[in-house]
Amino acid sequence: MDAENVIEITELSKQYPNGKLAVDSLSLNIKRGEVFGVLGPNGSGKTTTILMLLGLTEPSGGRASILGLDPLRSPLEIKRKVGYMPDTVGFYDELSGYENIDYTARFMDFSAEERTRRMQESLEKMRLTKSMHEKVRTYSHGMRRRLGLAEVLVKQPEIAILDEPTQGLDPESAAEFLELISTLNRDENLTILLSSHLLNQVQAVCDRVGLFSNGKMLISGSVDELSRQIIGGQYTVSVIAAGSGLRDILSGIEGVQSVEQAEDWTYRIECESDVRAPLAAAITASGGQLFELSMQQHSLDSIYKTYFKEAANADTSA
Amino acid sequence: MQIHQREGSALTGLKVVFVKELQDYTGSVKMLILIGLILLTAMASVYNAAQTLRSAVGEDPFLLLSLFTVAKDPVPSFSSFLGFFVPLVGIALGFDVVNREFQNRTLGRILSQPIYRDALLFGKVLGAVAALAIVLLALWLLVIGSAILFLGVPPSGEQVARAIVFYLTTVLYGGIWFILAMLFSVLFRQPATSALVAIALWLLFTVFWPMISGLIVQGMKGSVHPLTLAHIQQGLARLSPNTLYGEATLAILNPSTRTLGPVVFTQLQGAVMGTPLPFAQSLLLIWPHFTGMAAGLILIFTLAYVRFQRMEIRA
Repeated sequence: MDAENVIEITELSKQYPNGKLAVDSLSLNIKRGEVFGVLGPNGSGKTTTILMLLGLTEPSGGRASILGLDPLRSPLEIKRKVGYMPDTVGFYDELSGYENIDYTARFMDFSAEERTRRMQESLEKMRLTKSMHEKVRTYSHGMRRRLGLAEVLVKQPEIAILDEPTQGLDPESAAEFLELISTLNRDENLTILLSSHLLNQVQAVCDRVGLFSNGKMLISGSVDELSRQIIGGQYTVSVIAAGSGLRDILSGIEGVQSVEQAEDWTYRIECESDVRAPLAAAITASGGQLFELSMQQHSLDSIYKTYFKEAANADTSA
Repeated sequence: MQIHQREGSALTGLKVVFVKELQDYTGSVKMLILIGLILLTAMASVYNAAQTLRSAVGEDPFLLLSLFTVAKDPVPSFSSFLGFFVPLVGIALGFDVVNREFQNRTLGRILSQPIYRDALLFGKVLGAVAALAIVLLALWLLVIGSAILFLGVPPSGEQVARAIVFYLTTVLYGGIWFILAMLFSVLFRQPATSALVAIALWLLFTVFWPMISGLIVQGMKGSVHPLTLAHIQQGLARLSPNTLYGEATLAILNPSTRTLGPVVFTQLQGAVMGTPLPFAQSLLLIWPHFTGMAAGLILIFTLAYVRFQRMEIRA
C-alpha cells in the first residue's frame, strides 16, 4: 500500500527562549490512514512537535508540512482540516458540554443546521448524548476526554492529533478510549497522530511508533520491526530445568540465537521462532528434568527499556 | 530569518469570540454585584442632588448637568462616584480575561480552531468594552430619566450633548482600566495576582498619587518659579487617569469652567466671570484629556497585544 504522506517533517528544531532545546532536528513522515504513536517520556518534545505542526508555536529551524500546507503560512487552512486534542484538555466549567463544543464549532464556517447535525452525530459517537446539556463541571475525566474527541470529530478532519489521549484515565477507560480511536481510524480512514508516555497502553492501536527522547526520534517502525531491531530475536523463552551441560545442548538447537544462564537452573533463550517443543525434547533426551518452560512476547515497554539501556550504555562508553 | 506571510484574515472568527465574551459578561455574578453596587450608590447621589436642586428649578439653566455634579453631605456627587467605581468595573472585566483561559486549559483548544490569536484578543477587548458601554448607557439613561421625573424639566439640546460627551469620557475611562487589567492578565499566570496588582494600582492612583505628587512638589519648593511649580504639580497629577477623568467631567458638566490649569490674573482680563462657555469651547478644553486617555489606552493595549502574540502556549 503506497499512500501519500500527509505529514512531512524535515529537520525540525525548536529552542525555547530559556535555551531549552525541545526538539532537535526531527524528521518524520506519516502516511494517510496511519495511526502513528509518538512515544517517549515527559519532556521529550512530543507536545512541542505537535504544536509546531499546527502553527501554534514557531519552529527555530527546519520545516514541517501537513496536508501539503506550511503551518507558518496557512495555519487557518490546516486548523480547518486537522483536529487537535491537547494533553490537558480543558473546558469552560460553567457551560454545558454542548455549549462548549458549540463555541469551537462556530469557528468553522458551517451553516447552523450543518453545525447542529455534526455536533449531534459526534456527541452520539462519543456516547455523550445523554449528558450533553449538563455542566462540564459535573463530567468525569473520561467524559471530558470523550468530549474533547467529540470536538475533534465535529470538524470531520483528515488528520486527528491527540496529545496524551489516555492521560489521567483509569486502565479500563483508557482501553475503551483507545478502542474508540481505532474504530475511527478503521471506519473513517482517519489519519491519527497520538502521543503517549504509556507504551503498553497504546501499542495495540498504533500501526507505527516512534520513540522520542530529548527532542530526537531515536527509532521508528511497527512494534514487530522494533522488537526485531532492538532485541534481536523476536521471542524470549525462559526455561527452568536441571541437568548437566544443558547450556550447550540448548544452544545447538536450530533457531536459537543465544542462551543466557540467569541462575543455576534458569535459562533465558533468545530465538527467531517458537522452539518450545524442540527445547523440551532436547532437555528430556539429555536426561535433564524440565520444570518450567514459557515464552514471552516483547511489549513495547521492554523494547523501550532495552533501547534506552543500550543508548545509555553507548553514551557512557563513548 | 525567513519572512512568513500569513494567509487568511487576522480577524477570522472575531465575531464568535465577541459574542461569547459578551454572553459571559452578561451572566457573570461578579458583574451583577458590581452593577448592583453602582446602581444603589448612583440612585442615592442622584436622589440627594434632586432634593437639593428642587428649590433651584428655573434658576439654573443647566439643571440636568447639575444632577451629575451636585453633592450634598455626606453623599458625594454622581460623577465622583463614577470616578471611583468605574475603574473597579474595568478591573473586574479584565483581570482574568487571558489567564483564565490558561488556568482552564482552554487556550490550546480555542487556538487549534481556525482563528489567529489576534482575533481572540480583539474579540475579548470588544466584548468587554461593549459590556462596559451597555452598563454605563443603562445607568446614564436611568439618571436622565429620573431627572425628568424628579424635576419635571426636559433637558435642552446642549445639555444632552454635554451629557453624551460625559458618557463617552466615562466609557473611555473604564476602558483604560479594563485594558490595564487585561495587560496584567497577560503578564501574570494567576488571576489572583493580576487582580491584586490591578487593584493596588487603582488604590495608588485614587488615594496615594495625590499625596505623592504633592510631596514631590513640596520638595522642589523654593528652587523653581511658583508658576513652573504649579505646572509641574498639575503635570504629575495628570499622570493619573483619575485626575484626567475628574478634570474632564468637571469641564464638560460645569459650563462655567473656563480653564483647568493655573491662571495668571492678566489672562482673566475682560472675562465675564461665571458665564458659561459654549459647548464647543468646553469640548476644546477637555480635548487634551480625551486624547491623553485614548493614547494611554492604545499604548497599554499594544503592550498586551505584543506580549500575548509572543506567549508560548506551553507553560
